[in-house]
Amino acid sequence: MAAISWDRKDLLGLETLSSGEIEGILDAAAPFADNPRSRGKALSGRLVAFFFSEPSTRTRSSFEAAAKRLGADVLGLSAAGSSAAKGETLLDSLRNLEAVGAEYLVVRQELSGALEPLASKLKASLLNAGDGCHEHPTQALLDVLTLRRKKGRIKGLRVVIVGDILHSRVARSNIHALTALGARVTVCGPSALIPAGIERLGARVSHDLNAALAGADAVNVLRQQLERQNRNLIASLPDYAGRYGLSPERLAGHKDLLILHPGPVNRGVELDSACADGPQSAILEQVANGVAVRMAVFSLLASWRARHAR
Amino acid sequence: MPANSLLIAGGTVIDPEQRLEAARDVLIKDGRIEDMAAGLAKKERLSGVARIEAAGCWVTPGLIDMHVHLREPGGEADETIASGTRAAARGGVASVLAMPNTEPPIDSPALARLLAAKAREAGAVNVLVAGALTLGQKGERLTEAARLKEAGAVALSDDGRPVMDSGLMRRAMEYARDAGLLVIDHCEDASLSQGGCLHEGAAATAKGLRAIPWASETVMVLRDIALCELTQAPIHLAHLSCAQSVAALRSAKKRGLPVSAEATPHHLLLCEDDMPGYDADFKMNPPLRGKADRQALLEALADGTIDAIATDHAPHRPQRKELPLELAAFGVIGLETALGLALTRLAAKGALSRRKLIERMSCAPARLLGLKSKGSLRRGADADVTVIDPAASWTVKPPFESLSRNTPFAGLRLKGRARATIVGGRVAYAL
Repeated sequence: MAAISWDRKDLLGLETLSSGEIEGILDAAAPFADNPRSRGKALSGRLVAFFFSEPSTRTRSSFEAAAKRLGADVLGLSAAGSSAAKGETLLDSLRNLEAVGAEYLVVRQELSGALEPLASKLKASLLNAGDGCHEHPTQALLDVLTLRRKKGRIKGLRVVIVGDILHSRVARSNIHALTALGARVTVCGPSALIPAGIERLGARVSHDLNAALAGADAVNVLRQQLERQNRNLIASLPDYAGRYGLSPERLAGHKDLLILHPGPVNRGVELDSACADGPQSAILEQVANGVAVRMAVFSLLASWRARHAR
Repeated sequence: MPANSLLIAGGTVIDPEQRLEAARDVLIKDGRIEDMAAGLAKKERLSGVARIEAAGCWVTPGLIDMHVHLREPGGEADETIASGTRAAARGGVASVLAMPNTEPPIDSPALARLLAAKAREAGAVNVLVAGALTLGQKGERLTEAARLKEAGAVALSDDGRPVMDSGLMRRAMEYARDAGLLVIDHCEDASLSQGGCLHEGAAATAKGLRAIPWASETVMVLRDIALCELTQAPIHLAHLSCAQSVAALRSAKKRGLPVSAEATPHHLLLCEDDMPGYDADFKMNPPLRGKADRQALLEALADGTIDAIATDHAPHRPQRKELPLELAAFGVIGLETALGLALTRLAAKGALSRRKLIERMSCAPARLLGLKSKGSLRRGADADVTVIDPAASWTVKPPFESLSRNTPFAGLRLKGRARATIVGGRVAYAL
């Protein structure tokens, strides 16, 4: 049923997806998540190519595991040092991979929105594995899938996203998916890391983590990067951790609060080890669900391709 | 009657400088306005004179665009003096002020002379020269204002780059005033706008792009106003974009300070939400701002707080625009669309009377730049005339006279355009 409602060649972001489309992906992911050893044939004999111009280990290995479990051959190309990657160059690179025979292109690069204009110029299906500070759709889908499996629903949930919202594609994709499915999202962090007008995306804003956590069902803790300190966006990591880090003390009285983190964790900065490894943490489950969600996305795109094959 | 005469017959003259809106025929001779009267065209002594039939048209002082990037020298793949001035002529613009941020920048009298000479040879319209305010536009040492003036410059600007050093700006304003040149400032505090690409607001946030807050402009507007009050030297604020800058300007003018300002058609007509996706043809500096900012600009233009409409015509070849937005060049073209946009979206909508429209696009720039023989159709004035057909419908689309096509208005249906552009008595463009 979900496969029929899916009518897109690419997955570029969640902002333009309907709640039905997002639920369709989650529904398609459920059987894969129920049975972590499940395999499929949706990509049998197909070539999936990776083009990553930013370092990534977990997103890439998750996509790769998903593709292989669906029977695909995979081809990796890491465009090291392509921070100056220009649009034409990126298009050329992707066309080359297409010429090699790739039907699925999994792309991560550092420029927001760089994939959007390329999708119509490629026959292959484009999967956005993170574009700048814009979107990281499969990460948000795995977060939402984890939430749905742990809490039984999304509608009505109160979810806090804490950290560097300004630079976070994970936050943006999460806001789009969660609000589309009826959750109430609060973003929390220092003023310098909360981008202007984020309310218009449907999120509430807080600068006080204790207040934001009151009544919350889940908190998605973003990774804090040291380099932000050099631009005076935060004063120091300890100063940040004191106000926005998740510690056992801060968790006291929130025993049903689910902790998510996209990884890799800066232990002791945004998240104490006791929280990261404690019973409320869903971090490893997120990783497992990541494979399921990516298998679901590949399957839906494969069915689209089958329907649109000449 | 000699061959160097031209009669513009049957039109409605709109000359705000003379407070005139009436049916008049205009006679041009030897590059000047010779006569203007009703029924002139019927005189037998003028029967052999070349004429432009202007029935149903407005006959106005030639439009003056005081903010244009012709890109020559150094950027000839984006625009040349020849192509840029052809674009001006097609847009009804008889004079352009060429900004000095070329390669090399126009920062010496010799370069100003070379540019003026090249413009006389290749230009389809008058090219007025703005010299750089500082050597190499580096913001470190003053250019020679007095000698630049002798070489033909009418203004000084480091446009495209902010002048961050306030002490230097103060000296530049004083020096330019002594030399009789207008300083035009690109108001931007680079420490606030650094790395930004769109207006700091919901649209940039949704797109995940670094943003430029309105304060990066207003901080410098306020600084310039303070320096203007300190020195009493005139200052012109380029391409204002936000409500807070407008408020600062309005209060400075109330205090009688010699501050003036311009706004572009794109800031007057578009806002942050109008950029489709990551379309770099909507990327310019300052960026498109919020709805309230646009409204404030419109009100300021109507009440005269903003003196002039100028395009900030900034051509870029497609290779510099068809890029991920963060890498794409800032700027949009405007010479060929400004008049049509102003007629369709301002005058026809009641935001600006036609008299004010012509005032903001011709008389005001002439006054601000000290061009005594332009901006009016008075007897003896330069024969720069724009004949406007307010009823002509057309669509903004290539081919353009400009070498570039980076416009956010592509595909727009407009009503009203230049029927003819006359420069120094010669027909530079006729539809």
